[in-house]
Amino acid sequence: MLRPRGRVTIDGMPEAAALPLDDPRPPRKLYRSSDGRWLGGVARGLAGHLGLPVIWVRLAFVGLFMANGLGALLYAAFWFFVPLGVGGVGGHKPPLVGTETSPEGRRRLVARKPDKGQMVALLLMVIVSMVFVGSVNLTNGAKAYLLPAVLVAAGVALVWRQADNARRARWVEVGSRRRTLTLLRAGVGVLLVTAGVSAIFVMQGSAAHLGAVLQAALAVLVGITLLAGPYLVRMTQDLSEERLMRIRAQERAEVAAHVHDSVLHTLTLIQRNADNAGEVRRLARAQERDLRTWLYKPEGTGKDEADEPDTVAEAVRRSAAEVEDKHGVPIEVVVVGDCPLDERTGAQMQAAREAMVNAAKYGGEGGAVQVYAEVEGRTVFVSVRDRGPGFDLDSIPADRMGVRESIIGRMERHGGTARLRAVPGGGTEVELEMERAEKTS
Amino acid sequence: MSDATEANGTAGAAEPAGSGPAGKRHVRVVLVDDHRMFRTGVQAEIGQTAETGVEVVGEAADVDQAVSVITATRPEVVLLDVHLPGGGGVEVLRRCAALMADAERPVRFLALSVSDAAEDVIGVIRGGARGYVTKTITGTDLVDSVFRVQEGDAVFSPRLAGFVLDAFASTDAPPVDEDMDRLTQREREVLRLIARGYAYKEIAKQLFISVKTVESHVSAVLRKLQLSNRHELTRWATARRLV
Repeated sequence: MLRPRGRVTIDGMPEAAALPLDDPRPPRKLYRSSDGRWLGGVARGLAGHLGLPVIWVRLAFVGLFMANGLGALLYAAFWFFVPLGVGGVGGHKPPLVGTETSPEGRRRLVARKPDKGQMVALLLMVIVSMVFVGSVNLTNGAKAYLLPAVLVAAGVALVWRQADNARRARWVEVGSRRRTLTLLRAGVGVLLVTAGVSAIFVMQGSAAHLGAVLQAALAVLVGITLLAGPYLVRMTQDLSEERLMRIRAQERAEVAAHVHDSVLHTLTLIQRNADNAGEVRRLARAQERDLRTWLYKPEGTGKDEADEPDTVAEAVRRSAAEVEDKHGVPIEVVVVGDCPLDERTGAQMQAAREAMVNAAKYGGEGGAVQVYAEVEGRTVFVSVRDRGPGFDLDSIPADRMGVRESIIGRMERHGGTARLRAVPGGGTEVELEMERAEKTS
Repeated sequence: MSDATEANGTAGAAEPAGSGPAGKRHVRVVLVDDHRMFRTGVQAEIGQTAETGVEVVGEAADVDQAVSVITATRPEVVLLDVHLPGGGGVEVLRRCAALMADAERPVRFLALSVSDAAEDVIGVIRGGARGYVTKTITGTDLVDSVFRVQEGDAVFSPRLAGFVLDAFASTDAPPVDEDMDRLTQREREVLRLIARGYAYKEIAKQLFISVKTVESHVSAVLRKLQLSNRHELTRWATARRLV
């Protein structure tokens, strides 16, 4: 039990870190597959490593099994020594056993719930091998031991699988609801092994001494526990501590990498452009935004810049960021509420973007442009306010008139309204109001 | 903005000549921030007592230091950073609760931070700060905000106003206390204009009310924000860590 755990620390960690990404498989390293496996994931892992269909590998193992059980031994050896990984054939697929071309139609039935399915697959394998063993001619003496041996093998497989699962749980963070199931499985495994070993004893004719032997075994176990217990506890503690340190080191490395890639880079650029105030401001703002996103965005929801925004809040922020980058005018964004983008609000977002560009171009000198978006019920309201010199409605320059058209016209075409007005304290404000399309919650 | 009352000029216990061109107003301020560079910057920007009326009487870099400096100097306004070694701005607020409640010479806090995370903003406001501004604020605006806080008014940045609107709107649960858990229509209007970047004076013009009324609305919102014991508020803030 302890050995595999030790290996988690050494081999498993980098793997765990890479897990959420799309390419978790390091080149040419043999791992057992943790997805869609039947037993230990050995066949899948091997198939992935060798680039063969899984079914071939499985058949090879079954074939070798015929050769005096060599296949079973090999499989066990692989299981024991090869670390569990996320590679294998189609490792990224959801672990649905039934999606494979399985030799038995029955598997598809049990494939609904992967976990239970795997349990059943395991039992099936035991039964099949028992039937197989029963039908094979062996010398009488050897045959008698086969059944207990299979029992022991099944028990061992159960417990080993569980060790795998415990390791996997650490990656995938399965809740604790499975604890009872885990205990049950461990119990069944121990029971199977005990039964198998006892049966071998009975067959050897030493049944009379069984009680005494068991007692002795127990005594030895207790002795070993007493002697090695503290040492083992210390070791596990050390290991978990080491794991913690590794995680910390990794996090620090990640932060360092980010700081290096973005912050230091920007600082260099700023130094180089020191006499260009506008450029410096633009760089600083862009970096600030980037850093904020990185710091405050909850993990997992971080979207790539390349993705199209699909909510109003995101679209507004994106537009503001782009305009800010392009025109070097700081834009402050405040968003209240949120809703998914539809055709109408999409048009509104485009109009808002125009308004931001407009504000940055003509009113950027007066200070930051203020963008406010609010989703209230069915209404989406966006205001863009600059602190520029303001304007006289009658003497709008022609090009600005064009932009106005593209804002007001666009809004009206989609059934919204746009107002352009001078703010009492100076500057211009564009108000865009749009009803969301039907079929909303 | 312009209506720093006469009384406030003399309310400060300090004698130093506060008779610059800015007039009679004078305020004693303590700066709490763990970045020395930032303290120096703020000091340089607003600390010209003769011009701005702001006198920086103390500085502190962590929670313990802050508490002792504030207790010793009894400033009128503390500019408080949200992230501080030793427990953060919230901890300073907690340990200075008695000073804040002082009826004679209350110490008032204005949170000043680079963080725009809802958690931080709502946290310090509920901790007792009279307002929240980001460090990107200009010197003049900061001076105005300091005086506003000195007078006991609230200072809302556009983003804080957005957070408050969002927080009060985001729940469908029936309010426990009708007065405390809901914003009035007028308060919402005011907040919305703040979120849109309007100054108090502009809001007053827009809504045809006096600046004093705007201030009282904002103060009412601040009180609701601090006193409403709705769990949603805190939960909302933690859930929405996003800027």
